[in-house]
Amino acid sequence: MSNDLSLTVDRIRCDGRGLCAELLPEMIRLDDWGYPIVAAGPVPDHLLPLAQRAVSRCPVLALALRRVDRDQ
Amino acid sequence: MTRLRLLSGPDLSLGAESMRAHVQRLGPPPMARAVLLGAIERSGLTGRGGAGFPVARKWHSVSAAGSAPVIIVNGAEGEPQSLKDRVLMTTRPHLILDGALIAARVLRAAEIAIYVGEHHHAAWTAMAAALAERPEPELRRARMAAAPARYVAGESSAAVNFLSSSIGTPTSKPPEPHTAGVGGAPTLVQNVETLAHVALIGRYGAEWYRSAGRRGAAGTVLLTAAGAVRSPGVLEVEAGTTVAEAVEMAGGAAGSPRAVLLGGYFGSWVDARQAMELPLDQAALRQAGYGLGCGVVGVISEHACGVCETARIMAYLAGESSAQCGPCFFGLRALSEACSRIAARGTNRDDLARLARWSSEVRGRGACKHPDGAIIFLQSALRTFGDEFATHPAHWRNHPSPVAMQTA
Repeated sequence: MSNDLSLTVDRIRCDGRGLCAELLPEMIRLDDWGYPIVAAGPVPDHLLPLAQRAVSRCPVLALALRRVDRDQ
Repeated sequence: MTRLRLLSGPDLSLGAESMRAHVQRLGPPPMARAVLLGAIERSGLTGRGGAGFPVARKWHSVSAAGSAPVIIVNGAEGEPQSLKDRVLMTTRPHLILDGALIAARVLRAAEIAIYVGEHHHAAWTAMAAALAERPEPELRRARMAAAPARYVAGESSAAVNFLSSSIGTPTSKPPEPHTAGVGGAPTLVQNVETLAHVALIGRYGAEWYRSAGRRGAAGTVLLTAAGAVRSPGVLEVEAGTTVAEAVEMAGGAAGSPRAVLLGGYFGSWVDARQAMELPLDQAALRQAGYGLGCGVVGVISEHACGVCETARIMAYLAGESSAQCGPCFFGLRALSEACSRIAARGTNRDDLARLARWSSEVRGRGACKHPDGAIIFLQSALRTFGDEFATHPAHWRNHPSPVAMQTA
């Protein structure tokens, strides 16, 4: 791990369309109602391009890559 | 004998203390800015709305945001088992207004909103009447705002959202209310009991505040004793008082206690024998894996059924989801229904497995802490009533329900 970017979901925006889990199954799976469960922690370097693609394809712009705030 | 502080003065049955009586008893509110913030810091006072966040740190972060803040005096009290905020607003409104005034002067606030649950009629009347008596310019500009009668309405971002846009539902964070709250201004959302403590710390100082408290804890706390106690209601106790002592102050247990719900619906069930020894203090309870929450101590007797109680409260919490976030709306509903099936039709292995899996999946996946609070509550039920969940017969409705019954 050499970056500190994590995937975050705006839970109010998220509609459970499920694209993210298809594009990045390495880090995202869906719960029984179709909403994403995202692996905690920084995105490994080799998955960053895929993560960025999943972020850009989210139809409701709920998925984001954010720098982890260590205080929180 | 516990030293009363917030609830000292005239008998509570006399209703709201007038401004004249309040000032005669306690003197005018103190106003030296620098001294006040220092005193609040040294007192170690923490928030009494449920989260227990250190007050001085909250004030510092509001003030660090740079522009004139808004102060929300939070008397929404959406927790059905809690009465302490209502009782305080109804009987000691000027103590709360003093605290709001101190916060407004320390933080140089532009605006104060008194946010009172729309269903708390006596509290609303007392706060509005008290506000009309106040001569200070900050309070003359203050406004009353009716909080929707929903569990989440008192959550800080929901309060901010309601005052900004009349929608009483939580919002995504960031931004946090203390950086960008009502109308974009930094906003302090502070519980009414917390502000009442501020009013007294401002007058008598941090050392005085810390001189109450037992077993290493500081100050006093308001509790609501509910369920199977002989005189349910609001108590003021020194922090660090044990659950057993608080139950004695509430007239003693009615029947042999089976479990205690500590902290309200976002709190935890604790087996009665274990609970009785616990000190009622935020830090000590956190260390033991629990929380003081909003100060509810709800007792159920051995004749009550923990599974049915839990199913009722889960149904309530699922219904109180603001239906914005999928995992909370669908997840809590499914968890509640699984609890109800076990309560009504008896234990089945599938539902037990679902409860375990869903509760670990749903936690942490809402914009606010509503799902997390419900899951902490449910997981405590599965721990405390593990045997009952594993062997529950089909008997829903045949049992009295001292704790949950009062929600109706």
